[in-house]
Amino acid sequence: MAEVKIVGFLCNWCCYAGADLAGVSRFQYPSNIRIIRVMCSGRVDPVIILDAFLYGAAGVFVGGCHPGDCHYLQGNYYAEKKIEMARRLLKEAEVDPKRLRLEWVSASEGERFVKIIKEFTDEIKALGPVTFEKGAMEAACLAAADYRLRILATKERELLEEGNKYGEVFTRHEMDRLLDDLVREEYEVKRILLKLNKPMSVKELSAELNLKPNIVLRHILDLKRYELIDLHEIRDNTPTYIARELSEEGEITE
Amino acid sequence: MTEEIRIGVFICHCGINIGGVVDVPAVVEYASTLPNIVHAERNLYTCSSEGLESIKAAIKEHNLNRVTVASCTPRTHEPLFRATCKEVGLNPYLFEFVNIRDQCSWVHMHEPERATEKAKDLLRMGVAKAARLEPLEELTSDVIPSAVVIGAGISGMTAALSVARNGFSVHLIEKEKEIGGMLRNLYRLYPTDEPAEEFLEQRIKAVKEHKRIALRLSSAVRAVEGYVGKFKVILDENGIEKSIDAGVIIVATGAEEFEPEGLYEYDGERVITQLQLEEQLKKGDLNWAGIKNVMMIQCAGARGEVVGYCSRICCMNAIKNAKLIKEAHPDINVFVAHNELQAYGEVYELYYRDAKKAGVRFLRFPLERRPKVRRSDGNLVVDVFHERMRLDIPLEADLVVLSVPLVQNPDATQLSKMLKVPLGQDKFFFEAHVKLRPVDFATDGIFLCGTAHGPKDIGESIAQGYAAASRATIPLARGYVHSEPIISSVNEELCIGCGICESVCPYGAIEVVETEEGGRARVTGVRCKGCGTCGSSCIKRAIKMYHFTDEQLIAQERAAVVTEVIS
Ligand code: SF4
Ligand code: SF4
Repeated sequence: MAEVKIVGFLCNWCCYAGADLAGVSRFQYPSNIRIIRVMCSGRVDPVIILDAFLYGAAGVFVGGCHPGDCHYLQGNYYAEKKIEMARRLLKEAEVDPKRLRLEWVSASEGERFVKIIKEFTDEIKALGPVTFEKGAMEAACLAAADYRLRILATKERELLEEGNKYGEVFTRHEMDRLLDDLVREEYEVKRILLKLNKPMSVKELSAELNLKPNIVLRHILDLKRYELIDLHEIRDNTPTYIARELSEEGEITE
Repeated sequence: MTEEIRIGVFICHCGINIGGVVDVPAVVEYASTLPNIVHAERNLYTCSSEGLESIKAAIKEHNLNRVTVASCTPRTHEPLFRATCKEVGLNPYLFEFVNIRDQCSWVHMHEPERATEKAKDLLRMGVAKAARLEPLEELTSDVIPSAVVIGAGISGMTAALSVARNGFSVHLIEKEKEIGGMLRNLYRLYPTDEPAEEFLEQRIKAVKEHKRIALRLSSAVRAVEGYVGKFKVILDENGIEKSIDAGVIIVATGAEEFEPEGLYEYDGERVITQLQLEEQLKKGDLNWAGIKNVMMIQCAGARGEVVGYCSRICCMNAIKNAKLIKEAHPDINVFVAHNELQAYGEVYELYYRDAKKAGVRFLRFPLERRPKVRRSDGNLVVDVFHERMRLDIPLEADLVVLSVPLVQNPDATQLSKMLKVPLGQDKFFFEAHVKLRPVDFATDGIFLCGTAHGPKDIGESIAQGYAAASRATIPLARGYVHSEPIISSVNEELCIGCGICESVCPYGAIEVVETEEGGRARVTGVRCKGCGTCGSSCIKRAIKMYHFTDEQLIAQERAAVVTEVIS
């Protein structure tokens, strides 16, 4: 069996340099990781991370600068929020969120880089190749691309620190619950949308996706309002629905 | 029109560095099976002039419009290969780097098969990105023709003078009321034994008299903004805030002596540090009456005792002070207890022999049995372990001098954050590359010299001061810098003007402006540093990050996991 593969996104200034230093120092580590250089860990879009899983990565590693050391001041902070979002979506798709790891490694921490990669590789090897239902991971990708979750991932800090526009500051706990709920909703909506590449009724969707019919119905009404699905036909008094065409990127085309 | 993609792949053996682990011919063979590859070859050293010629020839011969080199790391060699492509008219941003040495052959040295598999994967990923590269035009911006040098010790003064003599104005920033740094406290300098004061005076005079050097005394850096060519350094000068514009910055903040609190009975009186000894020798206020035995202890607090590293300069420094004491007071016994001695080079070696000839006694101790200082009846006794006899020899001492290491200044952490440059494991400033860019930081326009970079003696600090100045003078003399066109750009048809991107950009490089269609985000190219945070935050995915586009990253990531090539 082929070895499990880990995709690593390393920021140019800290972690990538740390990985180079590990090489210069001839520290040895398992060969499962495939490194992609980015300028900043803040560049790493949850969509890209989830896409890597969709295509079969057993683990994804994101390495940035230590807090306060980011070459771009706060890029790593935003990275953290995005990774959290991606982890929540992995959970929805029933993939162990431990498979996605974010670490801070400085340019001089070759040794630490190796330690982390060894540890992470062992963990991923123990978990084995990734398995998921394709539609589930696709829905996670779509949800990550959706503006609702993208706003949340960026605005989370503001909500925690400054509060919403009514001045209500969220506690960590409230924030977590809010995020969990919203991520779940968004994910369910995308699952429904993907299923509707062929006409289905609420009952059928409910059975296939293991969701309560009233939840499915609520999502169906929203999708219809946003003009993402159409009523297909009424079959034996039961309406069936169908999605409007999806483009490759998951963007909705008119 | 979609042009036909024609990629040339060059795989480097790097002598045995790559070739000794990775099966390079197999990778070349694999490369030729990948889509869009019209040429694949291997080179003993792709970065040699031969290798570069071969890239240029292949571009011409095979009409290549993309080049991929699989070798060391883009952090050191990307500029070279890009320039090579440019020479024969290929846009440098159509070049892609694949790291199969630092991140493959060097770290999987005992697994040649896996390393070869990984090298193939990495190559496939690089080629996937290469096929999606777009030509980009470099941005050019002006350079303010002046430098800021932070720290006016010997290396900072040297750098400042050198830049000024090249015709550029320099702001020399010093936190103390006077310039001169640590040298002000030193007595005499090895290997000439000349008084530090005389040596320093000439330099200080030259700095003060130079019309292009502006001294900023009692000043601390509060904030740094901008980028190469256009830095803005905010100072607190004597309590008044000042702002200085400069094209380049040289960091020369120096180091300080480690304080051996709680070690070796240190009390600052009879157990002192080398620097304290020098200050007293200089002032001449050490009372020699009653001192019969002087004991110097090397590596105090260093090499695993408190800090891990060897401070390099303490050996020669102790030899010097021991020799000077012995020469001035032949009847005093002077001992130097050491583990190893660094007296490198012929001149230092001869100096060490002179010290021995003068009568300084050198005692060797093993690192795991360092000397112990104890007090008995008001007298100091130093137990030095004798390696051959395997026992502690108690030696009376009237003065114990600890050779403690140089350590980083406490201010350095903050400065490193303001400048966005890293500190290494030992907290000293960390250069871009130990051999290839030893006085540069990875960040363009910021340079480094002196003990802020690690322990160094006067000669080395001066040499490095010149080196940093000569590097820093390059953009000043040229008058402009090219900055990478790795910036963001907004697809205005997708953008809805929500302003999320503006809120995350640390540089104010992207702003929502009013257009006829409503609010739309716009990027100011020279301000954008290309972090890509706006891109991954944009709620409509309307932002494209040049050279790290979603499409390119997705292609790389898919190629990493899927062996069959996906188009
Ligand atoms: S985040 Fe995206 S949609 Fe919002 S203003 Fe910026 S570019 Fe436009
Ligand atoms: S890439 Fe970074 S620096 Fe450039 S506009 Fe976007 S957030 Fe600002």
